[in-house]
Amino acid sequence: MSRPEHQAPPEIYYGDAEAKKYTQNTRNKQIQADMTYRALELLNLPSDEPAFLLDIGCGSGLSGEILEEEGHIWAGVDIAPSMLEVALERDINGDLFLQDIGQGFGFRPGSFDGAISISVLQWLLNAETSHPTSSPPHRLTRFFTTLHSALRNPSRAVFQFYPTSDDQIQLITSIAQKAGFGGGVVVDYPNSKKARKVFLCLFVGGGGTQQQMPKGIEGDDDEQVRFERRREKERKRDVSGKRKNMKDKDWILKKKELYRQRGKEGVPRDSKFTGRRRKPIF
Amino acid sequence: MVRLITHNLLACHVKGCTTNNFPLIFRDVEVELQETEFNPDFIRNMLSRLEWTALINAAKQVGDTSLPPEQPDMMDDELLQKLHHVLMEINVTDGAMVCQNCNHIYPISNGIPNMLLAEHEIG
Repeated sequence: MSRPEHQAPPEIYYGDAEAKKYTQNTRNKQIQADMTYRALELLNLPSDEPAFLLDIGCGSGLSGEILEEEGHIWAGVDIAPSMLEVALERDINGDLFLQDIGQGFGFRPGSFDGAISISVLQWLLNAETSHPTSSPPHRLTRFFTTLHSALRNPSRAVFQFYPTSDDQIQLITSIAQKAGFGGGVVVDYPNSKKARKVFLCLFVGGGGTQQQMPKGIEGDDDEQVRFERRREKERKRDVSGKRKNMKDKDWILKKKELYRQRGKEGVPRDSKFTGRRRKPIF
Repeated sequence: MVRLITHNLLACHVKGCTTNNFPLIFRDVEVELQETEFNPDFIRNMLSRLEWTALINAAKQVGDTSLPPEQPDMMDDELLQKLHHVLMEINVTDGAMVCQNCNHIYPISNGIPNMLLAEHEIG
């Protein structure tokens, strides 16, 4: 199926039905929660201090709940009224705004200690009308410049998003840099198809000490992928019906020992060449 | 919910509206009180970011006059409690916020302000 952001604008895609579905799906919730925790980790807030955070594209408040749990106060913006309605029903504690992030924010300078955004940025990459203010670069510029001024110095903003190509990452990072942000992209599980997650980690200011760029989580397989591999292996064995690759050195030594015990003649003696591979050309 | 803490950080973001665009004026508001946990550290952290006169005026508009008109130098616990009440527990559920410079109206319904702009207002 094609990506949601290619189907319709967010306020239409996340209508009443989709908003409910999104919020009730436990798998969605789990993924959102994992990414929110990771984003918080990347934000690198001072510990034990309640911060005032901005959740960009807060939706029904799934990530906001986690911010609350961690002891932070937050405000959220989203463009889909249905999502915000679900958020109201779920009785969350953040302040909500109906706002198009591509139009920019009106927050006073230095309002927030940090910003997070989960699965949102890709929505800014599609133009809805031909009006000049609707072009992705224009909207991104407006978004990043107003966000930059709304954040404290020093602070961070972390965005998890789903880019379709490297060009998109390039576009986003270059505009963010022009807006005054430092930082760049962090990729978790870069070699996994399913677990791969892209985080844009932006810094406001650095003071005397430059902010350290965080590292992505390495390792190419998460649980799902590992399981997938085992299943693949088992399926292959069933088809061929016999076991493969058993004739390693241990197996050969065992067999030779057995033959000697039985008194078989002409069993080759064991040496350092036993069970070793030949060169491909001889 | 529009709490006064976010109202105090909110300015108008219409194209070209850069001076005198803060604070937004409340109009025809309905207010709801909702108790939240008192967090003195958080309030202390926010102090430097608050615009005191704007906060006092906004509090007046929603019918609360418990805070002193001038920002006191020393913050004792009692004052922090009051500040907490004004900032965190007063929720504006319905009404509107109006920019005093360009008169743009941000309607609030169900506790959610509509910050969307028309095409000609986008900067």
